Amino acid sequence: MSDSLFWHRLQFGFTITFHYIFPQLTMGLALLIVVLKGMGLRTGNSAWHDAARFWTRLFGLSFAMGVVTGVPMEFQFGTNWGAFTARTGGVIGQTLAMEGIFAFFLESSFVAILLWGEKRVGPRLHFAAAVALLAGSWLSGYFIIVTNSFMQHPVGHALAADGTMQIARLAEFVFNPWAVVQFFHNQAAATVTGAFVVAAVGAWWTLRGEHAEVAQISLRTGVVAGLVASMLVAFPTGHAQGRMVAEHQPVTLAAMEGRFDSGPRAAMALVGQPNVAERKLDNPIELPAILSWIAYGDFSANVRGLNSFDERDWPTNIELLYFGFHIMVGLGTLFIGLMALASFLLWRGQLAHQRWLLWALTLAFPFPFIANTAGWMAAELGRQPWLVYGLMRTAEGGSPTVHSGATVFTLLGFAGLYFVLGVTFLALVAVEIGHGPRLSHVVSASGASTTHHA
Amino acid sequence: MQTTWFTLAALMLAVYVVLDGFDFGAGALHLWVARTDSERRQVLAAIGPFWDGNEVWLVAGGGVLFLAFPRVLASGLSGFYLGVIMLLWVLILRGIAIEFRSHLEDRMWRMFWDTTFAGASLLAPVLFGAVFGNLVRGVPLQADGWFALSLFESWSPRGALGLLDWYTIAAGLLALAATAHHGALFLAWKTDGPVRDRSQRAAERLFVAVVLLWLVLTALTAGLRPDFFPTLAARPLAWMATAVFVVALAASAAARHRARDLAAFVSSGVFLMGLLGATAATVFPVMIRSASDPSMSLTALNASSGPAPLAYGLVWWPVGLVLAIVYVAVLFRLHRGRVGPADGGEYGGG
Ligand code: HDD
Ligand code: HEM
Ligand code: HEM
Repeated sequence: MSDSLFWHRLQFGFTITFHYIFPQLTMGLALLIVVLKGMGLRTGNSAWHDAARFWTRLFGLSFAMGVVTGVPMEFQFGTNWGAFTARTGGVIGQTLAMEGIFAFFLESSFVAILLWGEKRVGPRLHFAAAVALLAGSWLSGYFIIVTNSFMQHPVGHALAADGTMQIARLAEFVFNPWAVVQFFHNQAAATVTGAFVVAAVGAWWTLRGEHAEVAQISLRTGVVAGLVASMLVAFPTGHAQGRMVAEHQPVTLAAMEGRFDSGPRAAMALVGQPNVAERKLDNPIELPAILSWIAYGDFSANVRGLNSFDERDWPTNIELLYFGFHIMVGLGTLFIGLMALASFLLWRGQLAHQRWLLWALTLAFPFPFIANTAGWMAAELGRQPWLVYGLMRTAEGGSPTVHSGATVFTLLGFAGLYFVLGVTFLALVAVEIGHGPRLSHVVSASGASTTHHA
Repeated sequence: MQTTWFTLAALMLAVYVVLDGFDFGAGALHLWVARTDSERRQVLAAIGPFWDGNEVWLVAGGGVLFLAFPRVLASGLSGFYLGVIMLLWVLILRGIAIEFRSHLEDRMWRMFWDTTFAGASLLAPVLFGAVFGNLVRGVPLQADGWFALSLFESWSPRGALGLLDWYTIAAGLLALAATAHHGALFLAWKTDGPVRDRSQRAAERLFVAVVLLWLVLTALTAGLRPDFFPTLAARPLAWMATAVFVVALAASAAARHRARDLAAFVSSGVFLMGLLGATAATVFPVMIRSASDPSMSLTALNASSGPAPLAYGLVWWPVGLVLAIVYVAVLFRLHRGRVGPADGGEYGGG
């Protein structure tokens, strides 16, 4: 059993990590496309529409990847986490069904209009389609985050006599305070991804002296949105997440920080490697009292260390949890610095001349993906050893009849398939960026978002 | 309440089959009815705006099961583990082939994705059909409500059971023929020029295949499950649905002869819904049938969520369904009219 559990976890973790590469980009781009199209309508300058059209085309690619990798996620609840599904379906079935019926239908219908309907429906309705798509994709994010939040901090349910969980108070479940905080943090983080990608392409074209107007619009929009979103990620949303964890999962907080001893004026580690065997943090460089402040808003607050918890309730992979969390926070701090500098130079009108900074912006685009993935690693590993916090252990959740041979086979299949898809996706994105935007006068003659080969 | 949710689950499934069925079918015929690049773009343009929305009916149907019958979902998906995951791979390849093909204008590139698309569209209905065949035939369900099936064991529905045997393969072939027929009628309605003519001809031949395979499957089912047809005959809803689908199938052929394309396509949709509806009404309330001991089956009554989730769901779920129907109507209206041979620009030409 424990063996097959390992493979279930690896498969689920791998496929969800791969899936989430795309929604974070589409959710971020959906917002920026609405901004670009809105500016186009307001200013009447067709360059905004050209930029919007280019980003819509990349959005389409990423959306398609999100869809094809998302469908397996839904099914893996049943295929790999059968016992979990059977026991919690009475609760999380609500949001998973809502996501399908309220969000995915909205998205899949309006994406067709956004991608192919520009000529057919006219600019205003086309803008409305972009807004509907933003609503749909953020709504699907909300529902899935409510689902995840129930696993982190179960509320609104009742335990039935047969051991299953059943919804008791729907509103309490849907407006789980954990979900609200997590949603805003997560959406801000997705916007960071979108903004960094838009800024990177704008910077790249600027470096090469291509597509002047669209390049400038992308660069400006990306940098400004990047600054706002990076700040929102850290404060108030990241800070609020931290307090949530401190309040409801104190053992997770201790593990995230590699803190073994309890005490007041707890320090926050900037650098260090958790040494679980000897129960200490090696090579620490610490900021005194900061952790107490982040967790409880009080520099002298007592923060419990791992030693004060039963070892059976420790997260199972403290090392990865610790680094996941630190990579996220470290990158988040760098993002604010980079975007603040770029915004400052943009404001002074010098950004386009600072080639080193344009290079930095171009090369920065992978890091939000890394930060998002690291953050989710922290959340998901921090929840261990619980599948539903305090109610059901991960060890109880697997499908009882699926043996490791089957899971290893399918994991290898997913890995091969996703590798090929991922490489192809990157290649096609590169081709699109090489092509650049299709300008309005060309497009109106041949159909919206058409690959315009001679 | 369980009956209501059983009905809703069956309805979602039937709508899914009717809608995704036509794009599976169009995909399965893709290489044959469309020969040149512009014809292939025409086919893709005909299904392009719809396929993603169609697939959402599957996801949303899964959502209904999650909400109302989580034990059925969990047991079924883990029991059919390998079949389900392979189905997911096929669905991934299908969806991504449609998107990827258009991004490069290269003959080999497009041939590769067109072939992938057609192959995946051929396989998907076979796998779906085989899973349905398993549900009718019964699976080795244990007393604790779980089972496991390997892909194949003895190839016989009476011996050691696997996902595939000659009964479930026959069901898969019927599903393939029926969706291909449905897809051909869709293309005949939605396209112009040579693609329409070839689709017409394909529909003609596929109609024969559907009738033959349906007769074969009916005979096999009667042999394997002697209780099936007596139950069907005893349940008014079941035999009425049977009458409806038989008439609808005939009507689709008649309408095709008179070149009433839309009527033919709609009739074929009614046929698919009636076929599934009749089956659902016959097996009710059983959702996963135990082959060894029918009393151990998972049913709508013994494997549902508690009363609270079902009651809550009935409040908001119908609202979502109405919205979904509105979106589909808007989408079909916006993309009304035939797709001509030169209209496939979005799929990478022009
Ligand atoms: C661009 C990505 C990004 C960046 C820069 C940050 N985060 Fe984050 N963080 C996420 C992206 C993310 C995420 C991937 O979106 C997570 C995973 C779960 C969630 O809702 O958001 C997350 C989770 C997450 C958690 C874990 C919650 C749990 O255990 O469930 C905490 C405590 C924080 N974040 C706090 C912060 C702080 C204090 C940051 C300061 C800079 C920060 N995050 C930057
Ligand atoms: C928001 C919706 C999400 C839900 C409902 C969810 C649910 C789950 C479930 C059911 C498991 C398996 C049980 C377990 O091991 O605890 C799991 C594990 C995991 N998830 Fe998530 N997840 C979500 C989002 C994510 C995202 C976005 C990522 C990564 C980017 C992620 C990464 C992982 C990883 C790495 C594991 C394996 C952890 C382990 O070793 O157990 N999850 N998640
Ligand atoms: C276990 C967790 C998850 C499951 C079961 C899941 C399921 C799905 C499914 C079935 C789709 C395809 C929808 C379609 O056909 O149109 C999808 C796409 C999507 N998912 Fe996920 N997902 C998970 C995690 C997440 C997370 C963590 C987010 C973001 C917060 C997210 C956001 C989206 C979005 C925005 C889409 C739309 C397609 C796209 O934008 O790429 N999903 N997901």
